[in-house]
Amino acid sequence: MEFGLSEQQTALQDNVNRFLQEKAPLERVRQYSEEQQERADDIWDGLVELGLPALLIPERHGGIELGALDAAAVCECLGRHVTPSPFLSTAVLAPTAILLAGSEEQQNQYLPEIAAGNTTFGAALSEATGARRDAGVVATNSKLNGKALFVIDIYSDNYLVADTNNRLHIVPSDANGLTINTLPQIDRTRPIGEIIFNNTPVDALVAEDRGSALRSVIDIGRIMIAADTLGASQEMLDQSVQYAMERRQFNRVIASFQAVKHMCAEMAAEIEPSRALLWYAAHTIDEDPEESHLNACHAKAHLSEVGSFVGKTATIVHGGMGFTDLLGLHYWFKRIGYNRQILGGPESIREEAARAQGL
Amino acid sequence: MDLSYSPEYEAFRQDVRKFIETNRESAPRGEAMKSDRVQSWQKLLIEKGYTARTIPQEYGGHGGEPDIIKARIIGEEFARSQTPGGLGGQGISMLVPTLLELGTEEQKKRFIPPTLAGEMVWCQGYSEPNAGSDLASLRTSAILEGDEWIVNGSKIWTSTAHLADWIFCLVRTEPEAPKHQGISFLLFQMDTTGIEIRPLVDMTMARNFNEVFFSDVRVPKDQIVGKRGEGWFVANAILGHERDSLGDPNATLTRLNRLIELARQETMDGQRLIDNPVFRDRMMKIQARAMSLRFNDQRVLSSRINNTDSRLARMISKLQGTELRHDLEGLAIDIMGEIGLMYGRSDYLTDNGSWQQQYMYFLGLIIGGGTSQIQKNIISERGLGMPKEPKFEQKAEA
Repeated sequence: MEFGLSEQQTALQDNVNRFLQEKAPLERVRQYSEEQQERADDIWDGLVELGLPALLIPERHGGIELGALDAAAVCECLGRHVTPSPFLSTAVLAPTAILLAGSEEQQNQYLPEIAAGNTTFGAALSEATGARRDAGVVATNSKLNGKALFVIDIYSDNYLVADTNNRLHIVPSDANGLTINTLPQIDRTRPIGEIIFNNTPVDALVAEDRGSALRSVIDIGRIMIAADTLGASQEMLDQSVQYAMERRQFNRVIASFQAVKHMCAEMAAEIEPSRALLWYAAHTIDEDPEESHLNACHAKAHLSEVGSFVGKTATIVHGGMGFTDLLGLHYWFKRIGYNRQILGGPESIREEAARAQGL
Repeated sequence: MDLSYSPEYEAFRQDVRKFIETNRESAPRGEAMKSDRVQSWQKLLIEKGYTARTIPQEYGGHGGEPDIIKARIIGEEFARSQTPGGLGGQGISMLVPTLLELGTEEQKKRFIPPTLAGEMVWCQGYSEPNAGSDLASLRTSAILEGDEWIVNGSKIWTSTAHLADWIFCLVRTEPEAPKHQGISFLLFQMDTTGIEIRPLVDMTMARNFNEVFFSDVRVPKDQIVGKRGEGWFVANAILGHERDSLGDPNATLTRLNRLIELARQETMDGQRLIDNPVFRDRMMKIQARAMSLRFNDQRVLSSRINNTDSRLARMISKLQGTELRHDLEGLAIDIMGEIGLMYGRSDYLTDNGSWQQQYMYFLGLIIGGGTSQIQKNIISERGLGMPKEPKFEQKAEA
């Protein structure tokens, strides 16, 4: 019996954290965001070198065949370092979709390329978790028409697209009839955009039960986003404690005031159990699929709430400095804000959780 | 992540299950503390090793090897089948471990066997009207006169004082010493001359607590645990114990299932409350919190088995467990609306008023056993390494 990350998973996190600390510190993230760079190739190349895009891909397709908990452990690191990277779509959403819904031929075509880090994916799934305004993509005769909004990892080589019938498709970013517009948004570490399809030819994934493949993709995606929030929240708490131990007012460090201590204790009290919830949810993806939908819903919705609380409280602990760009704490605040809305906000996910248990 | 138990433990679980099925007819059904039924059930459970499992046989225990997983399996199976487990109470949960660690051989032989058997019932004399969260400032005094301590003062929040045979009590024996070093840990009988007990009715209207007054209570000199002036450390040897057990996440999840049933049954304008989106949302929020605490608990168990660190995970459980449970019970009352106001005997009362009772009871548990504010001090200081609030110079009180 071992409830938690294994030694290998902790070692994986150590490796990713070490790389990000050295090669993608806040200054690098700042540069990426302020200059509105499209891709941070230096960071992605480093993550590829660590083997991360191959994580979930079976060995027969050149991957290392690890599980959702390993991927979640990586996402926690990415959140902790507010890392710009297409990991979520490329290493998790696309491989999951292709494995569940792709033909043998499609698997052979895409998976080794993803594993080797030769191609990246974005994901147009927002309409499947609640379409906004006039968004919606319709598939007829291997052609897509319509609009996909809030496409994750917009600067990518290919897109995974869900249509209004819950079928999944793959579209290269240079396909005919494709208009791609970046949408300026609050979290500048992860560019999103809209894609307008005009008789765009696509490669449809051909699974028997397409609806369930899409649901699995969304479930695992939600767990990864929750893990990202967990990492970002933990970092905000750590920075708060550190700042409070240095900042002096009234002739003492502010960490000695109960008002400040209790804010930090409350953050820890929210973060710590949500870590166990997240681990369990990721564990069910591979080991207890019957349970995974409910647990993915709860992990995403609950960590959204925990993240919002931590984002606000940690900023307040930092006082006026927390509100400045100078300190850069807002990168984590915004990261958590993005995670809360993308692939479904907590209210609509909780309704899904209720339905998942027949309520 | 590996959530399986070895075949040895699965077999053990089956044994416990079989025992419960075979014997549950003779389990107590709410009889008084010292009834035959309660005591013979306790005796049977000790024999089987389902309670007092690791306490040596010479002190009336089962004498088994410590095994965290077996202890957990026993707890789970009795809870699952809603069968009363071994006796609890402050004597068994707090005094017995204290004596095992710090008592003299004579004290162990004299007090542990009758306590485990349910023949000797204890209450705990710690808190005082002016010593709550700041327990170490307690003022009940004990002065040594010849072979006896003379105890004067009062205690408060003393659960089961009116039913107890004995009290384990913190008293000040060295008034000149710094406050943590002037306390001693005494044991004495509740029918000693000079003890007065007054009930303290709580907001649930139950008599769970008492005030206890001591005037010139004479206690034999050797009824002290540990040395004179070391009582604070004796008491703290096991204080963490109590906090761990408050706000059990498995009990909370069982309660949540009942809450969902309640929401299916109760209606407003003929519509089931389970179909009301606001209540659905609140229920799901609570469910996620309850699940996260249950997994947190499993993580703590796992870290104890594998000797890894989970200090923070352990420290937050009392704070979060009691707050969550209070919120859960409060949600049930909101689901019932005006029906949630019923208390006492009413045809409209649901579940015997347990929601109303527990809603208030768990407010008490947020405060008792170390208030939420004290928990936050512990988390920030011992968990996050933040400094203690500086002490200001205190003038001697008149």
